[in-house]
Amino acid sequence: MNTVLKKQKHVKQESVLKQLWQDPLGRLGFIGVSIIVLLAIFAPVIATFDVAKIHSKDALQGPSATYLFGTDNFGRDIFSRIVYGARVSLVVGIVSVTIAAGIGFLLGLIAGYFEGKTETVIMMVMDVLFAFPSILLALLIVAVLGTSIVNTMIAIGIVNVPVFTRTVRASVKSIKGLDYIANAKSIGLKDSKILISHIAPNSLAAFTVQATLALSSGILTEATMSFLGLGIQPPAPSWGSMLSEARVYMELAPWMVIFPILFIVLTILSFNILGDALRDVLDPKLKL
Amino acid sequence: MNNILEVKNLKTYFPVREGVIRKTVGYVRAVDDVSFDVKPRRVFALVGESGCGKSTTGLSVVRLIKPTSGQIIFEGEDLSKLSEEQMRLKRRDMQFIFQNPYASLNPRMNVYQLLAEPLKTHFNLSPKEQDKKILDMLDKIGMTEDQLWRYPHQFSGGQKQRISIARALITKPRFVVADEPVSALDVSIQAQVINLLIALQKEMQLSMVFISHDLNVVRFISQDLAVMYLGSIMERGDTRLIYEHPMHPYSRALLDAVPKLEPGKKQKRSHLKGEVPNPANPPKGCPFSPRCERAKDICFKEKPQLLEYKDRFVACHYPLED
Repeated sequence: MNTVLKKQKHVKQESVLKQLWQDPLGRLGFIGVSIIVLLAIFAPVIATFDVAKIHSKDALQGPSATYLFGTDNFGRDIFSRIVYGARVSLVVGIVSVTIAAGIGFLLGLIAGYFEGKTETVIMMVMDVLFAFPSILLALLIVAVLGTSIVNTMIAIGIVNVPVFTRTVRASVKSIKGLDYIANAKSIGLKDSKILISHIAPNSLAAFTVQATLALSSGILTEATMSFLGLGIQPPAPSWGSMLSEARVYMELAPWMVIFPILFIVLTILSFNILGDALRDVLDPKLKL
Repeated sequence: MNNILEVKNLKTYFPVREGVIRKTVGYVRAVDDVSFDVKPRRVFALVGESGCGKSTTGLSVVRLIKPTSGQIIFEGEDLSKLSEEQMRLKRRDMQFIFQNPYASLNPRMNVYQLLAEPLKTHFNLSPKEQDKKILDMLDKIGMTEDQLWRYPHQFSGGQKQRISIARALITKPRFVVADEPVSALDVSIQAQVINLLIALQKEMQLSMVFISHDLNVVRFISQDLAVMYLGSIMERGDTRLIYEHPMHPYSRALLDAVPKLEPGKKQKRSHLKGEVPNPANPPKGCPFSPRCERAKDICFKEKPQLLEYKDRFVACHYPLED
């Protein structure tokens, strides 16, 4: 009898990816994200040229069979730079969101569950961070820490912490008043256990959506910072820095602008769609 | 007979705060000096209209709300003196069944997880023993093994309440507070859940505080009864005795309001006039005095004590004699 119970538990857990695939939007988001991820992983295989290789004879050429997305002002292959740029964008996006989401989730749980002084102190710090425009704050942190890819990720991470803290705190506060938390208390669960197995899973819905939004905004912030020259340093390719370099040649060589923008938009769109579908799948009430 | 639970002078006040600095301007006396005993293996019912403090009394007894003052003595031990951690461990023996099963079950946990959680908290069982206890409990509430992997939203209200009863009783407590366990359910399944609860109460030799506003259910289920009004007990004693012969004018009015199925028989009814007073600003004398037909001068000045009178306790200056 025991073995039967275990087996059924296993079957239940397998189905999350499957459910994501069954949802048309989920499938779209999943495919989009997969393409970007595969692009990043297999960049050396896919890229047709070395990203830093200068073909001065072929500078500012339009898309052709040789240079799929054209070349920039130095004659570097835009297609290869975009493929490698996916690595930067993804790593920066994922790492910075992990930092932000991790810290923010923890602080939000604590602030929401334990009221009083703890909450006041946490939320005050968050409000101060919130008061800065995010780009300005990120630039400030990078200016203090120095320009490098790691510091860029830390900066974007810190900037995003307050949003997560607020989102999670709000859900925790609303969940805390519900009967099933009183029920958990009446059963005799410890505070930590109530937080981990009752409050945390139920505040995930808003959190997941926030995480995908932050991922897109993280990628966008990195692009902006690189555009301003405080992100990824040349000659390493990043979609933002490519845009930054292209702005002078926008009228002369529009492909230098169009392709990085296209990839930024597609990546962010895919992540947002995936996040939305994921939220539906993770909510047991929407399952049939 | 030793009492399993003795509640002495329980008071639960909620502060009323106003203004920017949240200054306390008064108190809502949700439970105002309530005393009662629960005898082993008996059902003690708390009845009264909404807002009279029955649920707050129930929640205060198991310390889900911290009482303002008073003693709660459970099996000879004063619960108000226990630390949070000692109280947490005590919850194995005293459980609470919530009113609304739609809200009291975590939507992200399946039945197996819901039932395993109390066991994991209070016992150190092997997986095999744990599964055995869960299946055993599942059988008691009339559910099957394939329903074990479903989530709360996949069940009907009655099934959900059966699950939450199972969750409360799986640790084999000796005392349970049931807070209107069927009032959120469809009338057609109320009886089913009540019968289950009573069967389990008998089988597991539970002592129970049963909170309800449904007087027909209370008559059927309980042996002892207390009638509450505006945070105070008006009348307390043997259920059958009070039903047959209520001595407090409020108990009488409450019982008269129950429709009886005796065609052709016109009954005398005493009707209640007016509204329940605001518990933040209760009447000076007897809480029931503004609505009582028999109220005399003293009723508006002096709050009557709950005193023993003809085999029961009544808080009235002029109890009904007939």
